[in-house]
Amino acid sequence: MSAGRLRRILVLHLAIVGALFAVQFFLPDYHHTNVARILVLATFAIGYNLLFGYTGLMSLGHAMFFAAGMYACGLCIYYFNVGAPGGFALGVVAGGTLAAVFGLVALRTSGVSFLIVTMMFGQACYLTLLYFNEITLGDQGFTLSSNLDALHRAGAGLAYSDPDVKYNAAWLVFTGAFLVSALIAASPIGRVLIAVRGNEERTRLLGYNTFAYKWLALCLSGAIAGAAGAAYAVLFSYVGASFASILYSIYPLLWTLLGGAGTTLGPLLGTGIMFYLIDITSGWTNAYLFVVGGSLLALVLWFPQGVMGAVRARWARWLP
Amino acid sequence: MTALLATDGLSKRFGGLLAVDGVCFEVPAGQIRAVIGPNGAGKTTLMGLISGRLTPSAGHILFNGRDVTRQRAWDRARSGIVYTFQVTSVFPELSCYENVALAAQRQLTRGMFGQLILDEKRLGGRVREALRQVGLVDVETQVASALPYGHQRLLEVAMSLALEPRLLILDEPTQGLANAEIDTLCAHVREIAARITVVIIEHNMPVVLDLADWITVMERGAVLAEGPPAQIAGDPDVQRAYLGT
Repeated sequence: MSAGRLRRILVLHLAIVGALFAVQFFLPDYHHTNVARILVLATFAIGYNLLFGYTGLMSLGHAMFFAAGMYACGLCIYYFNVGAPGGFALGVVAGGTLAAVFGLVALRTSGVSFLIVTMMFGQACYLTLLYFNEITLGDQGFTLSSNLDALHRAGAGLAYSDPDVKYNAAWLVFTGAFLVSALIAASPIGRVLIAVRGNEERTRLLGYNTFAYKWLALCLSGAIAGAAGAAYAVLFSYVGASFASILYSIYPLLWTLLGGAGTTLGPLLGTGIMFYLIDITSGWTNAYLFVVGGSLLALVLWFPQGVMGAVRARWARWLP
Repeated sequence: MTALLATDGLSKRFGGLLAVDGVCFEVPAGQIRAVIGPNGAGKTTLMGLISGRLTPSAGHILFNGRDVTRQRAWDRARSGIVYTFQVTSVFPELSCYENVALAAQRQLTRGMFGQLILDEKRLGGRVREALRQVGLVDVETQVASALPYGHQRLLEVAMSLALEPRLLILDEPTQGLANAEIDTLCAHVREIAARITVVIIEHNMPVVLDLADWITVMERGAVLAEGPPAQIAGDPDVQRAYLGT
């Protein structure tokens, strides 16, 4: 890769991060909160995209990493009053650790078997949360606002219910994940991950321990999903088992496909488009899922590589 | 002189089929060795065992005097045993440059995290050197899938060269190539063989007789005969089993 291309990639990604920071001063209140939420969910999609888009491993169990982060963070704040930063760090560690252990088992499979194993583990995690309902409060869910507010009043934490704090915290989490994923994608490691996606055996004979690379991608993916889950718990104050359900494994897949799998910008774009598609169409009709489904069909028919995939193929081959 | 590669009683069983049966196969450094034999003779399986794609059912593999029988495929590639596939397997969506860079960066970095930061200039030099050796420098930015078939095979060879092999295994490199392309490929192989030991599996007898210093004939998983081209071409057993005359 030429130095010129690397510079272009760096400038583009920093510009996007900068624009997302600046836009908070112009957004009306309603969209201000929406964008904060999109940034957190897009972080989840970025983690998913590292595994699915770049490494070619399709998971239907990613909700477990999101929920691991959310519950590790949420429960520690709820029961032990650790502050939000500590809770967030625990969330990242929980997502990454779960992925690391899970990967040692699941990565022995590939293709459809991998898909099924991830789905089953995901469901097992979901049911576990419900089974230990007395501790997890999984079926009703719980909120963190009283704990976080108390900490704030005691001078030991920010007011996470304040929209500005919320936006900037979401922006910070997103920026971290976004830049990590761009760094990986543009580095030689990214080239190896793409090679694993294309032809694993060939990659092995080029001297790469492909299991280690897949495991690395899964760990990173799980840690980033955990970060998103923890951030969601703190910023939107609600923790519940529904976030571990299969729906939250399908969402990141849809967001990534829509925005463009295997592109650094795809997850953000896909999450944003889907969010506003639902937001706007549900204002028109109760049958908004028809509109959503229809647009997904159109996407599959005409832009199978997603929005950014199509942009890259047509206009900007240098995009990572 | 000790052999660069030596196998001892190497066998591979697939269920009821003994695909490679107690093969002792030695290649001294600096040679171009051709392996010939009818379809199903076990040539590709033998190379699979040597490159680590397959694990042997019995026997040993010595490379440069070291037992590599238990070494994994990726470690063998690093220590210099490089295999190019019978079926073209470049990465179709990557450019020629990226394809070769994948191979070259492996030799330039230590461990996985060494690959986060890499001297792109040095890498670029290596990549272009490998592309130059097969005459593909002009098309480095092209996507591999857009190349004509003959060039894709040369790109494979460039990827292998970028791994800096000590033993290069070419599995039917001329398959599907036009005559002019075969001549180009043979010229490149001869150039490569000045520095690197080459084992070539090939059906095209003129190519074999032209390139090889020494020929191994396989039949039904075992070595039928070995010798210099002139002797092999005249061997009645070989003619019966393989040349069909």
